[in-house]
Amino acid sequence: MSLFAHQVRADQLVFWRGRESAIFVFLFPVLLFLLLSTVYSGAYRGQPITDYLVPSLITYGVANTAFGGLAIILVVRRELGILKRIRATPLPAPMYLAATLCSILLVFALQAAAIMGLGLLLYDWHLPSQWPSLFAAFLLGAVCFAGMGFGAASLIRSSEGASAVVNVVTLPMAFLSGGFGPTRDFPDVLQAIADVLPLTYLVDVVQEIVYEGNPIWDQPAAVGVLLAWGVAGTLIAMRYFAWEPRER
Amino acid sequence: MAAAVDVSELRKSYGDHEAVRGITFRIEEGEVFCLLGPNGAGKTTTVEILEGYRSRDAGEVTVLGLDPGRRERTLRERMGVVLQHSETWPQVTVAETLRIYAGYYCDPRDVDEVIELVGLREKRDARVKTLSGGQKRRLDLGLALVGNPDIVFLDEPTTGFDPQARRNAWEMIRGLRALGKTILLTTHYLDEAQQLADRVAVLRDGLIVTEGTPAELVASSRTEIRYRENGEVRVVETDEPTQALHELTSRAVGQGRELEELEVRRRSLEDVYLELLREDET
Repeated sequence: MSLFAHQVRADQLVFWRGRESAIFVFLFPVLLFLLLSTVYSGAYRGQPITDYLVPSLITYGVANTAFGGLAIILVVRRELGILKRIRATPLPAPMYLAATLCSILLVFALQAAAIMGLGLLLYDWHLPSQWPSLFAAFLLGAVCFAGMGFGAASLIRSSEGASAVVNVVTLPMAFLSGGFGPTRDFPDVLQAIADVLPLTYLVDVVQEIVYEGNPIWDQPAAVGVLLAWGVAGTLIAMRYFAWEPRER
Repeated sequence: MAAAVDVSELRKSYGDHEAVRGITFRIEEGEVFCLLGPNGAGKTTTVEILEGYRSRDAGEVTVLGLDPGRRERTLRERMGVVLQHSETWPQVTVAETLRIYAGYYCDPRDVDEVIELVGLREKRDARVKTLSGGQKRRLDLGLALVGNPDIVFLDEPTTGFDPQARRNAWEMIRGLRALGKTILLTTHYLDEAQQLADRVAVLRDGLIVTEGTPAELVASSRTEIRYRENGEVRVVETDEPTQALHELTSRAVGQGRELEELEVRRRSLEDVYLELLREDET
């Protein structure tokens, strides 16, 4: 256990010390939340727009941090040879990966807390009555997207391409899924695309909780889709994950 | 005494290419053993099998009495590895990096002691990205030592170094030897093998072509007698230099001639090495 804690601490040190990762992975969704909260006003489904934006931007955080951030971290460490060197130390490989996961989930938790805190302070946001369900949905989403992050890291070939690939996936996905604002006025074709994106299901789960007061266990279909994506990513990782850099 | 490393009839192929074709060697405890050979001879493949990174196709291998293919944690506790290419987090300091790695071992060395040992005292609190190439390589060595290993694998530790940096690295490796560590070193620099190794195995195309102390490798070689006759350089290679020289000089004295530019030379390790590498081309 203490070895695990040691590794999580090391991962946290490395994460926050790296200015790029701290800005893009942690700060970007928070800044987008502030930006969108400033430009959007009025109400959505009879509630202040901030009730929409706080949880939605946190779902973008799920995609950006638990999926994108994790994938970039793993690819960069693989290509630098850090993962290979770790394999020669006594630290067990599964513990290393678990610590990496735990560390990125910690970053996501802080990010979600920052968005909620800013919502409370600046935009008069308040926790929905079903808040335990909301938190459970965020955690489930983060774990499933982290599974996809492990899968993506196994498929991305170079550290130069990692950020580009990740952003090309997460930004349009968040936009189409409703992570940046309501999509009910979008053309049918975009909504059809959104229907196959995993983030759509997380946004749907969150909206049911916020607007209908439907707890997460009343939404097994959407939860099932999320879990399936998470499992698929994990299976890809189990098949293709590499500890060593690609041949140069 | 038990061998630190025992390799017998080791084989490894990548697809159709046989990288290691049945090699056998033994490294005693506390010995500096060098695998010397050109690029592509199978050095890295061999070392990476011993480090537990690659599986072997055939043969027996033990490191400190254990099979590295089983990747046991007890073995990784006792071995230090310097890889050919591997970096650390650029934004973390030297001391922090060493502390992180020290935490992986049950009985690590003191971090400041390691920093001292690899000569990075002035860079203790500098971020890794500010280090020069040679300093990064010293940090690599520090990371290999921080777990207080019994055996250290160094895969081409000085490739790409300038002469001064190489000499510094050699000093450090001699220091390790003084600590009683067993060291397996790979290099394609002959002088490095000669300077550092107790024993050298020359690897060519996945086979060990010769093995021995640097002195033995030279001793097994022939002596070269050169002189000039009628304006032409003559070279006599012989295993019996005394006899050959006697015959040559007696004849010359009998004819009242001088052997111009007479030179008797033991062939250097470099000559031996180059000859060994050439043999495969014939």
